[in-house]
Amino acid sequence: MGELKKTTTQVMEPGGPGESFATTRFASILAWAQKYSLFMNPFVTACCGMEFMAVSSPRYDFSRFGSEAPRFSPRQSDLLWVVGTITQRQAPVLKRIYEQMAEPKWVLAFGTCASCGGFYDNYACVAGIDKIIPCDVYVPGCPPRPEAVLDGLMLLQDKIQRGDRTPAIVKPRQDPVAEPNMGLVQLRRSRPSIV
Amino acid sequence: MAQLLIDLVKQQFGVAVLETHSLRGDETLTVEPNAWLAVCRFLRDTPRADMNMLTDLTAVDYPDREPRFEIVAHLVSLAKGHRLRVKTRVGDEEGDAEVDSLCELWAGANWLERECFDMFGVRFTGHPDLRRILLYPEFEGYPLRKDFPADRIQPLVPYRDVPNIDKLSPFGRDEGMSFGRQTHSGPETDDDSPVN
Repeated sequence: MGELKKTTTQVMEPGGPGESFATTRFASILAWAQKYSLFMNPFVTACCGMEFMAVSSPRYDFSRFGSEAPRFSPRQSDLLWVVGTITQRQAPVLKRIYEQMAEPKWVLAFGTCASCGGFYDNYACVAGIDKIIPCDVYVPGCPPRPEAVLDGLMLLQDKIQRGDRTPAIVKPRQDPVAEPNMGLVQLRRSRPSIV
Repeated sequence: MAQLLIDLVKQQFGVAVLETHSLRGDETLTVEPNAWLAVCRFLRDTPRADMNMLTDLTAVDYPDREPRFEIVAHLVSLAKGHRLRVKTRVGDEEGDAEVDSLCELWAGANWLERECFDMFGVRFTGHPDLRRILLYPEFEGYPLRKDFPADRIQPLVPYRDVPNIDKLSPFGRDEGMSFGRQTHSGPETDDDSPVN
């Protein structure tokens, strides 16, 4: 139960650390259980699948996050990994699979194509799965590094812990240099820019 | 080597050969559309040519030309090791194009011609099963034609109707960074019901 104290869950240990009981709220403990038991349904359509395999294999190993068991039936899964390009022809299939999943369910867009279509701005592809189904977390990259995927998974876990069910939408394309008040963290430059 | 092939076809078909091109072992033969099947059959069956493999068949759209499409077939002789590119020109200004199918010569032409039909709308007479192969049957138009609008999409499922679907930020101001992630406490609720 060590990680409970560090996260957003409000835990009180009245007897002090090391005592045999703690109090919390039911929603918090339920969310804590949910975020560490994400049964996943990998919807792998393209080259990002190789990186998905890398994340699931022992070196990066997302089963450390409780995202261990793949369930190839949408009815038994909580988290839909959309890994790769979704074509217009495939869009009804993806939507059907999402509709077959039981609540509570979450969707993670893996890679640029699933997030916004990437450079597939053409007649054949869907420009981001959020055009079809609500999506919780976007992991950019072509393909994303395994560290980025783990970061996305941790963001999703944090979202589950907060009980936040609002679907996330792709960030607007704005220039943080031109708009310094956006609240984005500025990159530190070690030397002045040449331009 | 393949220059001899071009001479062979010229000798056999004469005026049906519109144009030849030969550069650094890269030989091309352009023929009349009504001789398309006969030339390919000749190239396959003549022992000196022996083109027993069709590696690719596609089309090129030249919207300013008349005829508009160029059908391109790449032939290989596995026994003799030579290659030849055969072209023909079909199609009027509206894109109505028709050419003989090569399916009876090479079985591999079946899917290649279906793809060509899918992308360019060229009809292959004599094809056993001419329908779309990559796109869905509801698709209208032929996307690799030069006059197909680049931004035209035809979704099979309606897109979600959510306001500002492209504009909302996925994270709070203090989120998205490892040091900002844990600072956000959830919505304050008084009841203990699960937040689902």
